[in-house]
Amino acid sequence: MMTRVTSIAVHTFKESVRERVLYNLLVFALLMIGAAILFGTISVGIEQIILVNLGLSSISVFGMLMAIFIGIGLVSKEIERRTIYVILSKPVARAEFIVGKYLGLLLTLLVNTAIMTAGFYGALLYQKRGLGLNDLLPLGAIYFILLQLAIVVGLAVLFSCISTPLLSAVYTFCLFVIGNFLSDVRWFGQESASPLLRGLTDLVYYLLPNFSDFNVIAQISHGQSIPGYLWVSNSCYALLYVTVLVSAAILVFEGREFR
Amino acid sequence: MLAIETIDLTKDYRTGFWRKRYKRALDSLNLQVEAGQVFGLLGPNGAGKTTTLTLLLRLVFPTRGTARILGKSFDDISVHARVGYLPENPYLYDHLTPEEFLNYMGELFGLSAAERRRRVGELIERVGLAESRHVPLGKFSKGMVQRAGLAQALINDPEVVFLDEPMSGLDPLGRREVRDLILALKAQGKTVFFSTHILSDAEALCDQVAILCYGRLQGCGDLHKILGLSVSSTELVLEDPAPAALAELASHAASIVRTGARVRLEIAQECEVPKALQIALQHGIRVVSLSPVKMSLEDYFLAKVAASPGSTTRSES
Repeated sequence: MMTRVTSIAVHTFKESVRERVLYNLLVFALLMIGAAILFGTISVGIEQIILVNLGLSSISVFGMLMAIFIGIGLVSKEIERRTIYVILSKPVARAEFIVGKYLGLLLTLLVNTAIMTAGFYGALLYQKRGLGLNDLLPLGAIYFILLQLAIVVGLAVLFSCISTPLLSAVYTFCLFVIGNFLSDVRWFGQESASPLLRGLTDLVYYLLPNFSDFNVIAQISHGQSIPGYLWVSNSCYALLYVTVLVSAAILVFEGREFR
Repeated sequence: MLAIETIDLTKDYRTGFWRKRYKRALDSLNLQVEAGQVFGLLGPNGAGKTTTLTLLLRLVFPTRGTARILGKSFDDISVHARVGYLPENPYLYDHLTPEEFLNYMGELFGLSAAERRRRVGELIERVGLAESRHVPLGKFSKGMVQRAGLAQALINDPEVVFLDEPMSGLDPLGRREVRDLILALKAQGKTVFFSTHILSDAEALCDQVAILCYGRLQGCGDLHKILGLSVSSTELVLEDPAPAALAELASHAASIVRTGARVRLEIAQECEVPKALQIALQHGIRVVSLSPVKMSLEDYFLAKVAASPGSTTRSES
């Protein structure tokens, strides 16, 4: 079973690294990180804050765009191009296919995030002319970005099993944006006098992916470290949410027919 | 031993905007295919051939009925390890070379690296892609893609091979090669189950055929028995008969066709044959040939298709 999942994941990785859009986004991300040095030079006294803030934000935004652009076509492209016929006629369970596809894209994003991280540290090294222990702090933010990306990929794979690539992109992007403001949505509900609205915002808060706690870029750029509980709670939340999303994708895919 | 068995296999597709109507694509299909045979599933476009194959491979799910492949339920995907499948007009991974593609397919079967290397090399040679082994599949012609598709269907050395329109898109040479490949598979004891609407291919290859029309099985059986079943008429060919003799013969023949010096008489009634022959001999006409006209697969096919009722469409009440 693991051999087949690994094989599908490696093939997915090889396929997605051939996507031109990936390289365009990567170049843009590296340019943005490079531009952060420039912005730093015109911001007297807060050069490093600007660089860390802009650099990590670029990694987050471009990572998310990569996850959406490649993730949405992951399953639907196999169905559209009918390569799925060849794969599912082999002794490959549908669940293995979905898990393999998910892991393949995650691997792609991991490698790209590593490249963007290297670019970020290159920029930091250029600006500071040396790195200290404190400069390891952004790695925590990058870990949280990766956890977010793992959830976004899960969303993209789920929507890719249900809908067209365009709609999948719209749904995934919307959920990513909503997910970043979920705490505000809940606060709005709690401030309301209407119990219906309160219940509704609570439901949305618990049902949709909540990315609010994953965004620690502001703290990191000001040199604050991430509290220990956040490492555990974010890791567990991401693991749980990804498990639910991938299981839902498998459930949908198990019932799909390929005519 | 039965290699494939379908029991009451039925498939309805939902159609219409609200998906409340049903179109029956396959209706209570009961088939039995012995191991080691070449079995042809024939039928016009939309007859349910591809539906049958996709049902057997669990790409679509039956509305009713079941099937067994190599003695196992078709629900059990472990049976796919002993099966090969070529879809109709296969779409393969454009960015991969045949070698990479076949290697990937081999991995899905859990073949070892050494085994994959051996099988991939062997199959690339066998389907005639040796020259293009490093060319991406996206640059292949339709015929070459078909060859690569055939190779992937055989990567696991399957006991049963399902081929959906394997000759489609191939030039005469390619078709001949696929025919030879199917016969070679048969010689190795494999079961080949293929769909086609090219009757000459079926006639040349199949031990058994089934004819589907509008999702219903119209006929099934041993090809040689089907074709040998009925002698529709007798053909008498004579060399340059005199007009007087021909006039005498006309009352015994259903049709007379002259081609050059030869005259071909089609005699519908068997009892008329000795009489016509006697007249010819009395007039001293040279008899070129006397042969029974057997039903061709095309005649059988057309008779079955013509006899089939229209498609079944029912609405959900």
